[in-house]
Parts: sequence; C-alpha cells; structure tokens
Amino acid sequence: MVNLIIDNKAVSVNKGTTILDAAKSVNIKIPTLCYLRGVNEIGSCRVCVVEIEGSQRLSAACNTVVAEGMVVHTNSARVRQARKHNIEMILSQHNCHCPTCLRSGNCSLQKMANNLNIYNLDYDTKVDEFNWDMSFPLIRDNSKCIKCLRCVTVCEKIQGIGVWEVNSTGANMRITTRDGLNIKDTNCTLCGQCITHCPVGALRERDDTSKVLSAVYDPEKITVVQLAPAVRTAWGEAFHLPKESASVNRLVACLRALGINYIFDTDFTADLTIMEEGTEFIKNFKKHKPLMTSCCPGWTRFLIKEYPDMLQYLSSAKSPQQMFGAVAKTYFAKKLDVDPSRIFSISIMPCTAKKYECEVPEVNDSGAGQDVDVVLTTRELTRLLRSCHIDPETLEDEPFDSPMGLGTGAGVIFGTTGGVMEAALRSAYFLLTGTNPDPDAFSGVRGRDGWREASFDIQGSEVKVAVASGLANARKLVEAIRKGEVDYDFVEIMACPGGCAGGGGQPIEDGKELAGHRSETLYEIDANSRMRFSHENNSVVQIYDEFFKNPLSDMSHELLHTKHNTWTLDT
Amino acid sequence: MDRLQLYSTEKSQDVMDGLYEDMSRRLVFSPKGNCPVSMTNAFLKLTLAQSCGKCVPCRIGLDTLASITDKILSGKGSENDLQVIEKTATVIADSADCAIGFEAAKLVLDGFRAFRDDYISHMKNNRCTVNFKSVPCVFDCPAHVDIPGYISLIKEGRYADAIRLIRKDNPFPSVCGLVCEHPCESHCRRGMVDAPINIRGLKRFAVDTVGEVPPPEISVPLTGKKVAVIGGGPAGLSAAYYLSLMGHSVTIFEKRQRLGGMLRYGIPSYRLPDDYLDRDINTILSLGVKVNLGVSVGTDITLEDLRGQFDSVYISIGAHADKKLKIKGEDSRGVISAVELLGNMGDGNKPDFTGKRVVVLGGGNVAMDATRTAMRLNAASVTCVYRRRVEDMTALKEEVEGAMAEGCEILPLMAPVEVQADENGNVTGVVLQPQIIGKYEGGRPKPSNADKPAEVLPCDIIIVAVGQAIDATHFADSGVKLKWDQILTQKGTAIDGMEGVFAGGDCISGPLTVIRAIDGGKVAAANIDNYLGYDTKITAGLEVPPASYRFKPAHGRINLTERNANERKNDFCLMENEMSLEEATQECSRCLRCDHYGFGSFKGGREYQW
Repeated sequence: MVNLIIDNKAVSVNKGTTILDAAKSVNIKIPTLCYLRGVNEIGSCRVCVVEIEGSQRLSAACNTVVAEGMVVHTNSARVRQARKHNIEMILSQHNCHCPTCLRSGNCSLQKMANNLNIYNLDYDTKVDEFNWDMSFPLIRDNSKCIKCLRCVTVCEKIQGIGVWEVNSTGANMRITTRDGLNIKDTNCTLCGQCITHCPVGALRERDDTSKVLSAVYDPEKITVVQLAPAVRTAWGEAFHLPKESASVNRLVACLRALGINYIFDTDFTADLTIMEEGTEFIKNFKKHKPLMTSCCPGWTRFLIKEYPDMLQYLSSAKSPQQMFGAVAKTYFAKKLDVDPSRIFSISIMPCTAKKYECEVPEVNDSGAGQDVDVVLTTRELTRLLRSCHIDPETLEDEPFDSPMGLGTGAGVIFGTTGGVMEAALRSAYFLLTGTNPDPDAFSGVRGRDGWREASFDIQGSEVKVAVASGLANARKLVEAIRKGEVDYDFVEIMACPGGCAGGGGQPIEDGKELAGHRSETLYEIDANSRMRFSHENNSVVQIYDEFFKNPLSDMSHELLHTKHNTWTLDT
Repeated sequence: MDRLQLYSTEKSQDVMDGLYEDMSRRLVFSPKGNCPVSMTNAFLKLTLAQSCGKCVPCRIGLDTLASITDKILSGKGSENDLQVIEKTATVIADSADCAIGFEAAKLVLDGFRAFRDDYISHMKNNRCTVNFKSVPCVFDCPAHVDIPGYISLIKEGRYADAIRLIRKDNPFPSVCGLVCEHPCESHCRRGMVDAPINIRGLKRFAVDTVGEVPPPEISVPLTGKKVAVIGGGPAGLSAAYYLSLMGHSVTIFEKRQRLGGMLRYGIPSYRLPDDYLDRDINTILSLGVKVNLGVSVGTDITLEDLRGQFDSVYISIGAHADKKLKIKGEDSRGVISAVELLGNMGDGNKPDFTGKRVVVLGGGNVAMDATRTAMRLNAASVTCVYRRRVEDMTALKEEVEGAMAEGCEILPLMAPVEVQADENGNVTGVVLQPQIIGKYEGGRPKPSNADKPAEVLPCDIIIVAVGQAIDATHFADSGVKLKWDQILTQKGTAIDGMEGVFAGGDCISGPLTVIRAIDGGKVAAANIDNYLGYDTKITAGLEVPPASYRFKPAHGRINLTERNANERKNDFCLMENEMSLEEATQECSRCLRCDHYGFGSFKGGREYQW
C-alpha cells in the first residue's frame, strides 16, 4: 500500500493507483474532461491537474501514479487558476452556440464551465470549420470538437477500427477521418461508440425526428412504430424517471400521445428471428460452421468491409428490425387491408448503424418503399417526446397494439450481449428435442467479458458457442476462427461493448458505462416474463399459420432473409 | 555630453541573447514530424522579427510569405499562392540588401522545394502529410530501442530487466553501451531544458553493473525451418538472434576466424574490449545458433548451394574491402589500409611501430581508430593528414580531441598527392599539397589547391583510411543485383528476383554504424519469419515503471570521462571510464519520460512487441 495525503486527508491505496482514483477513494472528485478510464488517460485537457508538494509543476491526476508520502492539493489557488483558464481556452475554440446544440444540458464542457463559475472569456474565439457529408448517419462537427481524442482512442482501442486520426501539429492539429477520406469510404461501422463517448456535441447521429413528425401529421400515412428491446432499459434516463415510471408500457403511452397509430414491439420479430435463425442453425449444424448472428448492422458492416469472405458464415436471417419492416408492409398491411405504401414504418433503436441498415436497397423486399422508413435512436426518441411536450410522468402505462406487440422474454434479451445466443439455444433445444429446456439452462453465455465461450450438450451433441461484443473483440474472434485456433458451432457478435444495451444510439451519461446495468434490467424482464421461449409466442405461431407457413419457407426467404454479400455500403 | 562612451551592453540585450541561445537549442532538439509548412511559417515570422525593415524585399516579401503560408495552413490556399511563394522567395533571395533577408528566403525556398507535396496537401485537402513522432530517442534509434523504458528500469535498480528490454530490439547491449554513436541523443527533448540524456552512458552502466543476463527462453515450438546467415557481424548476428527466438534454426557462415565483423575487425579494443563483444555474441549463440568459421561463400561454398540447403538466406557480408587513394607510390612498402591494420589487430596480429613515424590519411572515425591504434603500437609520431579543416572531419569530435590529447597530431588542409619511397620501395614520405577551404557543396565546404607549394612529410608508415568498399562479386555473379558495389534490396531487405534471399547491414548501404546494422538484422528477421510462413512476435514481457511526477529543472549532464591520456595511449585496455551509481541515478532522473508525457501517452509511447 502507498500512503499519501490528499487535501489534508490521509489516503492509503494500492501501488500503481492514480491520484484521481486515490482521491475518489476518499470522496474527493477531481474534475476530468478528456479522461476515459482505461481508454483515454492522456492528460490532454489539463483540467484534472493537481498540485503536488515538492513538484514544480502541476500534474494530471488522471495519469499520475501515487507515491509514498505524496502531499496533494486538488483545489489550491494554483490548481483552480489553471483549471479555470484551461477551460476558458477550450471554450475559446469551441462553438458555444449551446442553445442549438443537442448536447446542451448533457455536455461535460458546459457543466465544467458552469461549475467553475466561468461567465466571461479572456480569449478571442477561433473555431474550426464544420464541414461534413450530412447524408451520413454519423455527423462530426469540428467546430465543437475539443480535441480530447476520446473518439480516436475509443474507435481504435475498444472497436479496433481506427476511423479517426490526429492530423497536423500545433495549433493546426485536428481530428479527421483516417487519411482524410470521406467518412463513407472509411471502415466506419456506424457503431456510434464515438458519439456516446464524446463529452460534447462534436459527434452525433443524423437527426431524423422531423421525418417522423411529417408522417404523424400526414393524414394519408399510417404510422407504425417498433420498439427495440434495449430502448426500454434506457429511454427514461434522459427524463430522470424512476424505474417504475420508465416501463416500456409508459413509453407506449408516450408514443400514442404523440399520435403514432400502431405501436409494436421489436421483441416480436426477435422471436421470429429465432425461429428462422434457429432453424437455419439446426439445418446447418456441424455441416457449415460456425453460424454467426446477423442482427447487428455494425457487425455486418464490419464483415462486409473487412472480412467479406466470412460473410458465408453469417446467418441469412434479417435483423429483427428489418423483419419487422418487411412484415409491417406485407402481413400487417394485408391485415389492415390498406395499400402498404400508406404505412410509415418507424423504428426506435439503441443504434446508429440501424439508420444505415434500413437504407440498404438489397434489404428492402416489401415493394412499398423502404421496409423501415426511418430509424430513430433512443436519444432522438427522447428529444422528439420533449419537443412535443409529452411528460411521461403524467401518463399511465398502456399496452402494445396487437398482434405484433407480443414478445417473449427470449426476444427481450436480444438487447444484451449473449441474449440472442441464449434465446436461440432455448428454441434450438426445443426444435431438436421436442421439449422445452429450463429457460435458464443456457445462462452460461451471460457475462461482461468481451469474448466468452460455452459448451452445451443437447441430446448427446456438443454445441460449442462463443459470444463477443465490441469490435476489437470481434476481430480477435474472427481472426482466431480464420486461423483455426478455435472451433465453434454458433457465434453471436454485437458491435457495441455489452450489446445493444450499450448501443451507440443510447442516452449518454459521460463517464458511465451503463450497458451492464441496462442488461440486468433486460434479464429481469425476461425472468418475470410469462413466456420465455420464442417458439411459444402466439403471434409468431399465428404469423406462420397465416402467412409464412414454416421457417425457411419460400415466403420467409423472400421477406425475412437477405444476402449480406450483396449489400450496398454507401446508401 | 561625452565625445565617446565606453562600450557596455544593455540588460535587455543580455536577456535577448540568452533567449536566442535557448531558442537555438530548442530548434536543434525539435521534435520530428512537425508540419513543415507550419515550421516554415514560424521561421518566416522569426526572420521577419529579425529584419530591420529598411529594404523592400525583406520587409514586405517575408511578410507576404508569412501571410500566404498562414492562408495555406488554414486550407484556403490556391495553386497561384504556390507560384507566388516561389516567385517572391526568389526575388527576396536575389535582391534583399542583407543576409537577414536573402538567407531567410533561401530557407523558405529549400523547404518549399523539399516539402512541395505537403504544401499541396494543405492547399487541396487541408491536411498535413507528416505524422508527429512521439518519443524522439526511440524514433531516432534505428533499432527503436525502448529507451525511456530501460532508463526507468535502471533508475529502479532493475538492471537485468533493463538489459532484457534493450534486447527486445537490440541484442548488443554491451557493444552499444560502449560504441553506439547514439543517434537517440540527437533530438532528446531534455535538450530543450539543458542537454540530452547520456543514454549510451546509462546503457553501459547497466551492462557493467549486471554482467551476464541470460537470453529469453525460446517460447515457441521449433519450426524446423533453416536459415543461413552469411557473415557474422552485427547484422548477421542480430538476425540470427531474433530468428532463433522465433523458433528457426540458424547457421552462420563466417569467412574469418572469429565472429563480430567490424566490431572485432574494425573497432580497436581500447574502445570495445573483446570481453564486451564476446558477452553479447555468447548470449546470441546460446540460443543454439550454429557457426561455421573460416568458410568463404563464393570460394568454399556458393550462394546457390546455400539456397538449396536452407529455406532462407541472409547476406550480411559487411564492407570489408578498402578504398585506394589512387596516387603515385601507393603500392610502396609501408603503405597499408586502415581496414587491413584493424583487421589484423582483431586477429591478434599486432604490428610493431616502435620508432616509426606514422602518417594516417583520412578524417573519419576509421582514420581516428587507425591514428590512436598507431600511437598504442608505440609509434614515434602519428600525424593524421586531412584535406579539410578539423571541424569538417566526419570523425566524432571527442575522438579527434582524444587523439590529440594522446599526442597525435592533426594536420588539416593538406591533400596527399604522392607517396615517396626509397630505392627499395620503402616509404620515405608523403607529398602534401596545401589546400584552401572553399564554397559549400553538399552541405560542407569543399577544399581546393591553395596557392602554396607542395611539402614533403617524411614518414615510415602510411595508413590509408579513406573509406571501405563492399566485395560482393560472388553474389553479383550469382544474380544478386548491385548498385555501385552495394547489394540492392527492397525496404524490407528482400532481394528482388531471388526468393527467400535477404540482405542487410553495411553490404547494402556502405559503411554505417553498428546500430544501423543491428536494425538491418532485426528487420530481416521479421521479414524472413513472415517469408517462412510465421508471424512470431518478439517481446520483452516487461512492465515499465510509471513516470515520476517530479520534473528536474535545468541540471548538468553527466559526461563520461576517459583514463588519463598519458596512461591510456600505452595500452589497448578500455579507455572510457564508467558512471558511478550516484551519477547514473542522477542522470536517469533527468529523463523527461516522453513515453508518458506529451504525445506519448496518446500514441506511440511504447511498442510492446514487433
């Protein structure tokens, strides 16, 4: 143990601890801005500087390791002056039109400036240009970039892609795409992790809320919403709702108040996905392996861009979002007895890559425009509700519409890493044996590790599975498969660490990784569900009876499957 | 009012002079990878501040150039701007009234021509083409040794770990502790504060303190692949070391009787004693490297034979042939080449120069080695004759000063034109034509014959040290392409059109430094490994201690001392003294830890494996 004194408090911490963590252990919260634990500990903003007795200069608390006998002051006059002026300097090169910024109220820089009582600037402003292809679902606004470099390190270290890089030096230093390429030509998977780790509004999703409002106000349009599993765990965060008010049924009420005609659950098509993918798995079991899940468009983009030869292992099943879109404009339109082109299909997703997925021409099979007309992230959803002055706390819970509002616990856990695998195994077991397993029989695939393995015995056959989340982990797994170092039957990949719960479209709380917490909620919902097997979803049974007949039927091939190797990358 | 006043300096000017000194040092130790347009822009503003403002081209021209480069840096430049830069700079260079102006313009023009691509990239794409280099010492070391890492290990007293970390990139820590030319120190950021860290001195301290450190275990299964290395110098031995760690079976074919190449046959033992060299070589051989001594490829066995017997061949034959002066009488008895003299010394064949007057011709490090060796061989006098000035000698300054301290004479501005011999063909003297130093060509001033008569310098021995050549005749005959006498390779050391054959070290570059040869071996090992179908990474498996938060203010650098000149000139024992623990500890604490501070903590601070 190392003993030191921080702000007159005696502290004893393990060797190798940073001053930041040592201070935290005695409830002294040193402000940080560029810091991102384990990812970006580079001391670029100089906001976390502290004074160490005997040292000439101030030190960054985030990456200075404690030493025996150190005496640290985190709030001395020198420290306060440096911290304040460094923030002022950042502000002088930041586009401070806060009222028109979507991160206003959830901006670490704004909060820091407020906390430090900065009311005027000693410096002239000089702001980088905002110059971007606005058709892309991910937008970078360098006029707001504070060059903390988090996007660079997150993309490189967590996702292993390296879309962003530092170009030039000194005052001209700025973050650009790799080699200055158009973002569409980079290997960007649209996972959105750079957005959720940006402390300010320099990175964001393309805002598509106005498209939704136009449809709502268009009397010709029948608006149909699907709500992704992971959205229900997070949508209330931006409203600071207590857990009991942040239920998915409260969200249904909000959307109805907004004027949406039909509100359905993506869980329904998650269950449908299990029927298709599970059947595909059994059909190819031990013949063409591993089968790799195809629900995540970030992962799909990654494979198309970097490992196109591996696409042959990807399940041909469309993602639940796209299955829903296809069903909404065929099966559901028929049920309503309306022209499918009147249906405006809206998807609320925890994801930025889904905005790309719905635009891929090859995935749209209903013949009535895009199967999913627009995708909103969870963040856009909350902004939309706010803009329509809908207050969730004043509403009562309301049920989903029927029939596509019915989902099982298996569909719910699609929103977390390992969930698709677990749901698939539950139904695969049934399809192989004719009996249901214990619904928790496959909980061995749960967990937070980036790459997990498990092996199960189903009727005497060993099923070897692997689950990875975060694309750097996915790359390691793919490389290991290619080198023959590992051998799996079934592989689930989600591009975002922790799965959709930690998706790039989810609400942002700087410094907190909420995927784990949100996943617990999903498992809780699953545990409390009446139905926990996708094959027991009555609406799924019904849609096969009335429409698709069987999994992998001609009709399901036409509407529920796709050839990923034909996907257009630049939509 | 007095008619005249005594000269005195103004206080403010004294301060400015101090700042100029600080700034010039800062420039010398500039990081690498800064934007060239940005630096030119800064230079322009600096030169403009130096201008008196009297003449038009300097006052307005430099200001215009500064504005245009500002514009280009903001991504708003045009093709026309580039033309204006060149035109304006030419006009300033041609017509400014004094050096403040025309030298500034020359600087702009030189940079503009060298970095035209970067100007265009800024103009067209608003991007710089250059990448910032995080850790100057690691970048400047050709083998990219983790210098901040091993300095921090030395500071903690973990000497064996320091050696292990060095060996990740360089299997010759003992050798380099003594004779590396330490390019790592040339841009050491500590130079901005006071002076670079004495990196080589610290390495030597670790080596001397810890003694033998066994090499890492070969942690991969043996591949069964066989690699032949032709030439057992630093390049060949380095390749052998890493290839062995990668699990391959390596056999070295060495023409001479002992391993070491120029380290043994070129560097005198007063700079590199055998026990230091042998320690590194024994460590390398302990990995199971097979050695065939006294085998000359081309005479005893052919390249084709080796290609047939081995999966890959690495040619690292060095540059062991000598260059001639091509003057009359050069074949007289008593004229020898430095390569021959030092080579004989390496085999233990010491000539006796007792009572002889020795003249050494040349101004490089080899000339100094020959000069100081001659002194130690008991010569009556040793004179080193050089065509240019002392300050133009390519030998390290400390070598020249050391030689002079030992009583050797340096005779600059003299060109040898003829060797005189007696009727028996024995050397009696050398005719020297006095030179006058002239205009700069290729970065240094060129001498030419002065308007003075030739002189005769009487002598008994002449040692010619005017460069080394490569004898790659056999390889050329076998189909290896040469440029001049050098073997042509790709950047990864593979030889075009000869699958599986690689080359490196002095034989592809002409004589360079030991660390360049080591880099050659390291690069070849990596690429041969891949060629053989493997991708085994080399790592030290060590964690480096965290950087200290304490910044040591301007503080003197510990320089290594040498044994008393009067004593050392009589023997071939190591002449350089080592650092004390006290000195080493102090020197370590000067390190600014660029792996942690600055860009290093973001990117490029540490490569854990290659």
